[in-house]
Amino acid sequence: MNTLPQQLANGLLLGSMYGLIAIGYTMVYGIVQLINFAHGEIFMTGAFGAFTVYFYILPDGTSMAVAVPLMLIGGGLVAILIAVGAERFAYRPLRGAPRLAPLITAIGLSLALQEVVRNFYPGADRAIAFPGLDTTHDIGSITIKDADIFLILSAIVCMAALAYFVRKSRTGRAMQATAQDPDTAQLMGIDTNRIIVIAFAIGGFFAAVAAVAYGLKYGNIDYRMGFLMGLKAFTAAVLGGIGNIYGAMLGGLVLGIAETLASAYIDEIPGMQQLGGQSWANVWAFCLLILVLLVRPQGLLGERVADRA
Amino acid sequence: MRRSLVILTSVLATGALTLTACGSRDDNGGSDNSDGDTTTLTIGVDAPLSGENSTTGLGIQYGAQIAVDDANKNKLVPGVTFKLKAYDDKAQPATGQSNATAITGDKTAVGAVGPLNSGVAQTMQQVFASAKMVQISPSNTNPELTQGKDWQTSKKRPYDTYFRTATTDELQGSFAADYAYNGLKKKSVFVVDDKQTYGAGLAKIFSEQFKKLGGKVVQTDHVNTGDKDFGSLVTKIKNSKADLLYYGGQYDESALLTKQMKDGGANIPLFGGDGMFATTYIEAGGAATEGDLATAIGVPADTLPAAKSFIETYKAKGYKGDYGAYGAYSYDATTAIIKAVKAVVDANDGKVPSDINDLRAKVVEEVQKSDFEGLSGKVAFDEYGDTTNKQLTVYQVEKGAWKAVKTGTADLG
Repeated sequence: MNTLPQQLANGLLLGSMYGLIAIGYTMVYGIVQLINFAHGEIFMTGAFGAFTVYFYILPDGTSMAVAVPLMLIGGGLVAILIAVGAERFAYRPLRGAPRLAPLITAIGLSLALQEVVRNFYPGADRAIAFPGLDTTHDIGSITIKDADIFLILSAIVCMAALAYFVRKSRTGRAMQATAQDPDTAQLMGIDTNRIIVIAFAIGGFFAAVAAVAYGLKYGNIDYRMGFLMGLKAFTAAVLGGIGNIYGAMLGGLVLGIAETLASAYIDEIPGMQQLGGQSWANVWAFCLLILVLLVRPQGLLGERVADRA
Repeated sequence: MRRSLVILTSVLATGALTLTACGSRDDNGGSDNSDGDTTTLTIGVDAPLSGENSTTGLGIQYGAQIAVDDANKNKLVPGVTFKLKAYDDKAQPATGQSNATAITGDKTAVGAVGPLNSGVAQTMQQVFASAKMVQISPSNTNPELTQGKDWQTSKKRPYDTYFRTATTDELQGSFAADYAYNGLKKKSVFVVDDKQTYGAGLAKIFSEQFKKLGGKVVQTDHVNTGDKDFGSLVTKIKNSKADLLYYGGQYDESALLTKQMKDGGANIPLFGGDGMFATTYIEAGGAATEGDLATAIGVPADTLPAAKSFIETYKAKGYKGDYGAYGAYSYDATTAIIKAVKAVVDANDGKVPSDINDLRAKVVEEVQKSDFEGLSGKVAFDEYGDTTNKQLTVYQVEKGAWKAVKTGTADLG
């Protein structure tokens, strides 16, 4: 059996999820040059928000066709609220501070969010079962399930909507202007604080979409799910060129596919058995990151920015 | 500046990865409250009480708690009140080691129960050995812990302060291989482990025994603890045409793996060890766990007549966690320490030796001589510190619950 199509599909799915989360890192970085390390935890709270809607609000036996959109709204609201709250109360007071200060704050916030969920969400000290979309479909030699289709479709829709928003809408153009030069943008009458809040909110919403897809696909969520996913998504954002939204999605896809193929095929190369398999996937993914940064330090789609200190 | 920020951040990220693995949290403040009439002695219990593996970890904590309460209620050792102090190791070896240091540093502590994970035990053994304090694990199964690195060729006990009420993976892996080959009639198996002391050891023993019986190990792979996406691995499993997946590790990963495997169209059962024998496995994996199997040490707690009141107490107190896997073994481990203290006190004209180091050393000697009927059966230790109770049970998920399908003693043929 030729496993390559299936492995590519696996990688594409994983990559779409990284990409959706990476958008949040890259938008915030593009506008305020802050690496929001709490973004992985915003992703996690989105999952818990969606689960709350499903488990505590919707009546039992609600069809998934109705439940999933409501979960997206619930998870999205929670994630946006936390992302915007983090901006308002943790990052904005440090706007003028040296860059290390907000970075450390972000790491602290990330640990704080994890512990809050672990201690105060009922049953969150271990994995919580999330409703799945488990009906499978065979397309040629590829087996995928409904949750996978949901993930791919939402990645495409979100990406297209974002591209349209940034290019065509007034706010989107204001966003581009702020990214290019915040001071000048402000002088031109753009409310930069509002733009920054919007960037955080969009990032939070995308993370919540990824979180719902994650829950539907893997069938359970836990308070630590954001850590590794956040780190991978950050890697994807750097790989694609941090600050560039298309780069974030491309970086996610490249990372997901590279990881999957490495874990699938490296151990078939003679002499490489020891270096292959699932447990080495991360190693190869980070090797790829180092290689790309050696050749293109600005990332795959990043622009060389020389004029900014 | 911009690029250096990214590099700096990457370095910080790596640091954060390492840092989150550290940190410890003490649940109860310790106090030394010995009044005139009674002496208070502390027994430390160390297990993962939060995060990964905490379901079974809490079962160990509360199993020990019930043993301590029973001993105090029945005045098992006149003049001595026992106190349990719980330490959370989060399944992290480094945290386990610092907990061991904290326990040995507590001048009222006479012994320790735990940990859950063999990998954590490795870092704790030395600490307890230096302090000459007894440590009894209710659940460690890796053979190296009692029989040394070269346990397959020449057994040598590394630490005479370490004991366990659980049997070893040598027996568990063989028992599982025998059931897979002769009981389930599976001939080709895909073996996955989590590279940890326990999981990798168990998977290796299973593979060797399965091959010896005539079965075929078609492929092997390893996962990282904390991995969530097994898409690539599932495709490999499906492609290998194996008729059984053997997994050496804990339920955190195996529950995800079995779900993704069955969603991915590879409908073969997953067979694991006692590390995934917990209700959490079924809760987290959902319907996909139906038909999956796990070996567990001892006989089912529910069928032990002696464990009946233990289970009632556990439920009545509303303790969290799962007593099913190791609760009774933890109870027995704790009782072994308490009985050893009693023997020391009896030999000392009914007085507790005033020097804590003297007491600790004597307790070690007495634990070695343990011989009593515990909840899980006879509690006694051989010359390596291993339990002489070698019973094992295979469980299978049936209608969303673990059901015992075979109980017996492993045959090392």
